[in-house]
Amino acid sequence: MRSLATIGLSVLLAVTAGCERKRNQTGGGGGSGESGSGGAGGGVPDNRPVMIGHFASMTGSEATFGQSTDRGIRLAIAERNAAIDAGTLKGRKIDLTTEDDAGKPQEAGTAVTKLITRTKVVAILGEVASGLSMAGGQVAQQYGVPMISPSSTNPAVTQIGDMIFRVCFLDEFQGKVVAKFAVEELKAKKVAILFDQGQPYSKGLADFFEKALKAAGGEVATRQAYDTNNPDVGAQLASIKDANPDAVFLPGYYTQAANIARQARKLGITVPFLGGDGWDSAKLEEIGGDAVQGSFFSNHYSPEEETPAVQNFVAKYKAKHGAAPDALAALGYDAANLLFAAIDRSPSLSGKDLAATIAATKGFAGVTGEITINGDRDASKSAVVVKIDHGKRPAVKRYPAE
Amino acid sequence: MTKFVQVFFQTLTLGSLYALIALGYTLVYGILRFINFAHSDVVTFGAWIAFTIAGVLGWAGTGSPVFAMPIVMIAAMAASAALGFTIERLAYRPLRKAPRLNVLITAIGVSLFLQNTGQLQAVFGKDPVKMPRLLSEEPLFRLAGVQVPLVDVALVLLAVALVIVLQWLVYRSKLGQAMRAVSWNDQIASLMGVPVDRVISITFVIGSALAAAGGVLYGLKYGQLNQTADALWVLLGLKAFVAAVVGGIGNVRGAVVGALLIATIEMFGAAYLSPQLADLYVFGVLILMLLLRPAGLLGSDTVEKV
Repeated sequence: MRSLATIGLSVLLAVTAGCERKRNQTGGGGGSGESGSGGAGGGVPDNRPVMIGHFASMTGSEATFGQSTDRGIRLAIAERNAAIDAGTLKGRKIDLTTEDDAGKPQEAGTAVTKLITRTKVVAILGEVASGLSMAGGQVAQQYGVPMISPSSTNPAVTQIGDMIFRVCFLDEFQGKVVAKFAVEELKAKKVAILFDQGQPYSKGLADFFEKALKAAGGEVATRQAYDTNNPDVGAQLASIKDANPDAVFLPGYYTQAANIARQARKLGITVPFLGGDGWDSAKLEEIGGDAVQGSFFSNHYSPEEETPAVQNFVAKYKAKHGAAPDALAALGYDAANLLFAAIDRSPSLSGKDLAATIAATKGFAGVTGEITINGDRDASKSAVVVKIDHGKRPAVKRYPAE
Repeated sequence: MTKFVQVFFQTLTLGSLYALIALGYTLVYGILRFINFAHSDVVTFGAWIAFTIAGVLGWAGTGSPVFAMPIVMIAAMAASAALGFTIERLAYRPLRKAPRLNVLITAIGVSLFLQNTGQLQAVFGKDPVKMPRLLSEEPLFRLAGVQVPLVDVALVLLAVALVIVLQWLVYRSKLGQAMRAVSWNDQIASLMGVPVDRVISITFVIGSALAAAGGVLYGLKYGQLNQTADALWVLLGLKAFVAAVVGGIGNVRGAVVGALLIATIEMFGAAYLSPQLADLYVFGVLILMLLLRPAGLLGSDTVEKV
């Protein structure tokens, strides 16, 4: 028995030692010198890759968010590393470490801490969900490491501090777009709202939508809330059915939206559903089935738009992954490329310099549109309303930036 | 009126779901006087096993054969029963003579073990999945403008059937007599020739099978399953537990009454007061009940000797 324990212990030790060695090789020692090593100051060119981190929901209820974003980022890195310019910061390849937060706020903070203290990243990309970006953003701000959220749309995200940026539009704009679309295109007068009270994203979007709907001449049929951990929304849907709305706004993430749509159709609610960019996943149709067909949601882009930038990106992504990229992949790609451009322009890789360079980004041509970082570290961009049409996501109407 | 009928049907289905799960808590408590915190994970396990079996047998899409649902259901109940048996045998039986707190902590450990094992990619994974539609979602009938789908009707009918069988088992059969004897005093029961260990095993098997039925019906009703460690499962188990306590833990009829009561308060509270506070109503009722009538609605006021 004791010999067994000894063997077990020695195996454990050997494994740990192996891990330790590996970690040292991949850049553990590089961290301290990272901030001062801008360019060829010391005479010896720095050939170590620049480490950047990505924290995302690679598993969990919103797993496709993290997976898509990660694919977009990796596509951008592969392109940049293939076409490296030896004269820039520069001349160094990019290496990415992705940490999974499983869609949980408490793990998002841990993931970012790990990326900063252990992997010694110079910048962080992530998260998709606003609640998680806020949890991770607090940590990034604390350590002074710039963070770019590809697709968190809640206003509070970049208000954390001067290190936090985003490359997508905000919920206020998105809420306005959906409300406008409902009133002007669908001729919906009374719209019911059903939102997730535990998600800052969902709650924020519900508020902005309500405000914009009233401004556009519509009215809120009823406003109901649900809880992520309580899948039964029968009572709320009964109230909604009673209010007899022309459309139902479901500003949650795709898993919940699909679940609600199915329950609503079972109860005999037949009006179209409206949503925000949190709906953007192929899983929405997989889980929701017929219940979500003919619904509309606001999004950052549609893979079916005929612009060269979009079609070029879609072709490259399809060649690699065999499926059309959703907006999250496109935003991940844009966020990464915007960061690389900043790395090339920045005087050094210190958090302060890099953040200042990102903040100065003007007219960056991304797949999801032209990105200019404004004084609030937000991106001003256009939005598009897409229709869910049996696996296709045709763009119905595009709304310009304000 | 439509809304009332709608909420009433919702209450009935949700109450049946809670009842199936609450029965497991109440049976185990009745016999061993401890709360099996791993029970909600047996519910989860049953649902995921049903999903896996339906996938293996190719009943993933819509037009599944009529016998698909009973087969999947029975297989899931059998698998969960086996899991319940194993948990009792490996985790609880060695602690039969230990203080009750030790068993309680072990139950939490078992729960965490099941949640995290289930999350492994090789087991069920971390992503939510779509539950195959083994029952038609077309409305079976309409009442006062309300559509009632087959899933909901099946849920209620199955729950009623299982409760009747259980009622018969506990109060009319020899096994039930043995169960009640063990629950009254296991040492005396043992002296009278009742095989205490076997009776306890059977109790776990029955409770776990009912839990699996609840889990499968849950999956069919909502059309999707979340990862095994999702807070949603914990909350579902917790509410069923509240139902068992409110009804009078250890009492079979009490579990059913408690489940219907909890569902009524939750659903009507959400529909007519504020949906934001649905969980608050449920746990508020628990606190009120513990203050006013600690033994529960149908529980007997025996003094607990701890």
